[in-house]
Amino acid sequence: MRRAEPWLALAGALALVAVAWAAPWLRFILTLALAKGIAVLGILLLLRAGQVSFGHAMYAAVGAYVVAFAAPSMGDVLVLLPMAMLTAGAIGLVIGLFITRYREIFFSMLNLALSMVLYSLLEKFYAITKGSDGIRVAPLSIAGMPMDGPMAGWVMFGTALTVAACFWWVARQYLISPMGEALAAIKTRETRLEFLGVSARGVLLVAYVLSAIMAGAAGAIIAMTSRHVTPLLAYWTSSGELVFIAILGGAGGVLGPFLGAVTYELIRVYAAAAFADIWQMALGLALLAVILFAPGGVWGVIAGLLRRARAT
Amino acid sequence: MSAAQRDDSVLLEARGLRLAFGGVKAADGIDLSVRRGEFLAIIGPNGAGKTTFINMTTGYLRPQGGSIHYDGEEITGLAPRAIVKRGIGRSFQLPQLFTEHTVLQNAALAIAARRGVWHPFAPLLSMSVIDEARELLNRFGLDGIRDSRADSLNEGARKLADIAMATALRPRLLLMDEPTSGVAASEKMAVVETLARVLREAEVTAVFVEHDMDVVERFSDRVAVWSQGRILALGPPGEVLRDPDVLREVIGVAAVDPSAASGAGPSREGAPDA
Repeated sequence: MRRAEPWLALAGALALVAVAWAAPWLRFILTLALAKGIAVLGILLLLRAGQVSFGHAMYAAVGAYVVAFAAPSMGDVLVLLPMAMLTAGAIGLVIGLFITRYREIFFSMLNLALSMVLYSLLEKFYAITKGSDGIRVAPLSIAGMPMDGPMAGWVMFGTALTVAACFWWVARQYLISPMGEALAAIKTRETRLEFLGVSARGVLLVAYVLSAIMAGAAGAIIAMTSRHVTPLLAYWTSSGELVFIAILGGAGGVLGPFLGAVTYELIRVYAAAAFADIWQMALGLALLAVILFAPGGVWGVIAGLLRRARAT
Repeated sequence: MSAAQRDDSVLLEARGLRLAFGGVKAADGIDLSVRRGEFLAIIGPNGAGKTTFINMTTGYLRPQGGSIHYDGEEITGLAPRAIVKRGIGRSFQLPQLFTEHTVLQNAALAIAARRGVWHPFAPLLSMSVIDEARELLNRFGLDGIRDSRADSLNEGARKLADIAMATALRPRLLLMDEPTSGVAASEKMAVVETLARVLREAEVTAVFVEHDMDVVERFSDRVAVWSQGRILALGPPGEVLRDPDVLREVIGVAAVDPSAASGAGPSREGAPDA
């Protein structure tokens, strides 16, 4: 399975490029899907340790607002992206030092609470953030070349795909490293980890900061693609969406988040077009179907098919 | 191993340890010196405070009074991690394995824990770790089941894997909480035999809680008898297990157990559970 994965990833990336080329109106949707997939990859790291964050959209919002604030003075994608990731990572470190003391429901709810604090700050400090009106992102450039027209869409799509590929590789290597395996050990026997002389908190903190960086990158890409940021990015439903996608895509493999995000966005777009008033129901039914019939998510289904194909 | 070859200096020294849970005195002034290289068995009825002693020594519980010195340094009340780093390992009455990992991965994680876990991009199962893990598992007779998930093993294998993980840290002192409980009677001696060989080879000092008097008699250099948070008797198994007070204390409990009703003696199994 592990050997087949890079080929699957490559095939998936090519398919995305093909779709984005054949159906230009989907390019924007797919860019957002890739960005969300990156954030969900961070959720997946925490899920390995058995922890669910219901507040990770706050780091995406941090990344997005960094882009919105910095774009007028230094509006280059190659500057804004690392800046957003660093800021989200730094805030993740500060919050993580405190939050990694907690597990399970306390971990989930503290993340939720902090994300709602950020949401209210973004909404109330109108003078700085323009409240719920949000901020329009100033025109951007990439490596000094101004981005405009259809080219901008392709640049952002390419950026999202590149960043997604990088983080996919990072997560893949990280999860089979001692630190990544220790994450799963937190889920099963945290006490034993301590008696092996390993700080479970430290192990979880590394994953937490990494997940914050990923969410920060996702938020930056979303801001640069949609060119408009609002406090809704930090709202708890946005965090819930990330967890939703993680379950939809499956937490068993690092391709899961991207499969989940693309599936999610496509269902959302087509369901909204087909049944405008009840499109959320289509999403709900999709999740219900996954939980009942494919607990391993989209990734679980594909992995199962591959295994069967190899067995015969 | 004859006693004459031993270095008799003290490795672990507990002085006046006290700990009460509500009204129950789990440690009521425990004084115990563990000598370098010895195998010290702890016996006694359930609730006598045997596990509490291990928990205090390994930092899981903080004593309310008294002190613990290890290799000349005070370790009273240090966190488990700090104590592990000083060379004290422990195994558990209920094996604490990483149940979603294979036996090999469990061993590898313990080895990685010793070497340093903070490499984000080097795989856990690198060649050198696999080699050491397989050698470790081999010593414990577990290499044949290295690819089984830890939650699929029988009790004997789980106990050995648990102890193997503790020894992967190369401790100088190993505290084992009932290494043979739950192990099928037919495997028991083989398990202890393996264990004793590995520990002697690695020159590990061992303290183990044990209910099987055959095991105690054969594998311990000294026996400490626990009763209501105190040490009732301490000495070579040949003497201690024939002491009338000890017989009353340990066999008294065994007699309550119907399975021990036929011909209870010092060489029989004591309390079956706990």
